[in-house]
Amino acid sequence: MSESKTAQPHNAQFVGGSELHEHPVDYKSYLRRCGYVLIAVLCSTALMIWISFLPHYDWPAKAGLILCVACVNAFLVAGFLMHLLSEKKMIYTLLGFVAVFFAGLMGLTIYAMHDMPVGTVYH
Amino acid sequence: MEIPYVIQPRPDTGIYNAKVGIWLFLASEVMLFGALFSAYVLLRVGAVPGEWPHGWQNLTLGTINTLVLAVSAITTLLAWVACKTRQFGKFKFFHGCTLLLALAFLCIKSEEYREHLTHYEIQLTDGRIAEGDMRENNSQNDYVLIDGRYVAEEKDLYDLRAQKDPKPEEIKIPRAQIKEMQNYGPWHNDYLALYFTLTGLHALHVLGGSIVIGYLWGPGRRLWQTDPEHFTNRVEVSGLFWHFVDLVWIFLFPVLYLM
Repeated sequence: MSESKTAQPHNAQFVGGSELHEHPVDYKSYLRRCGYVLIAVLCSTALMIWISFLPHYDWPAKAGLILCVACVNAFLVAGFLMHLLSEKKMIYTLLGFVAVFFAGLMGLTIYAMHDMPVGTVYH
Repeated sequence: MEIPYVIQPRPDTGIYNAKVGIWLFLASEVMLFGALFSAYVLLRVGAVPGEWPHGWQNLTLGTINTLVLAVSAITTLLAWVACKTRQFGKFKFFHGCTLLLALAFLCIKSEEYREHLTHYEIQLTDGRIAEGDMRENNSQNDYVLIDGRYVAEEKDLYDLRAQKDPKPEEIKIPRAQIKEMQNYGPWHNDYLALYFTLTGLHALHVLGGSIVIGYLWGPGRRLWQTDPEHFTNRVEVSGLFWHFVDLVWIFLFPVLYLM
């Protein structure tokens, strides 16, 4: 089998392949976007730390809030840095399967929490 | 025989093969870390209230490591963009930065491990418990020396945050008074077992990613001369892995350091 390649001079933009192959890459706009993402990630990290020191909330409320901020943080990394916001259908399908299996895994964990042997004594 | 679709996208998937491969690999990684996170959830929720460690980690070092990984994710992306715009000098600079940041992360992590492994809980024959950083533990001496404090009960050791940074003092404990002595390694309790397993596995991923990044920055860059597009795709694939490593840390940090 032969490999299909695009022969180009070294100073040309690439074509074909991933998301950015279809759009010319603007280095400065990318740098700006990265700056925004970095600031957002740093702010969300600071926010998580601040929430963890809040005195008037119990542990479940704090944990829920912190995990929400962590999810936003993860969305920024996956969406912008991993280009998940503009990926191909194939990747979304694959991630859909992962989400189903991950939900099943966590579902089993929750199920296991209530699956105690008869006669278990709670302190 | 050459491998097809290493540069051009496959017509049916719309992406080149290495990218499908790395996403499949990352999917399996999600399940691997997911299983460990579910173990954490099971043990954390099942723990007796007030008996789950809180504030045992060095928050400053953890925060610095979070920043280090966040910046390294950006430099990885910029290295790839530099390849796309055919600025090889910038690629070398940004990938070099990523490599240095990865090494910095590992150094900080090993310092955290050192702190845990030199921190001891010592149960005394009179019922009291001493805990602190070991300063002197020479078997030829009939005492051990720690920088720490005494507590009356085991539960006083769990929530260090609520105790507003107890001031450590130098304590000399005769060996004859020691009933049991154990450092804060993974064998100490469930929390530390999970901490060392999760962060150890993550650190192995950082190490693996560093080796790949180091290869692309060093001997692997020869490919740029002959096939820059293929090289750029390799940088993209390694970058996706690196972002995943960052993504895992985004959840590890709050779970182990803040909650």
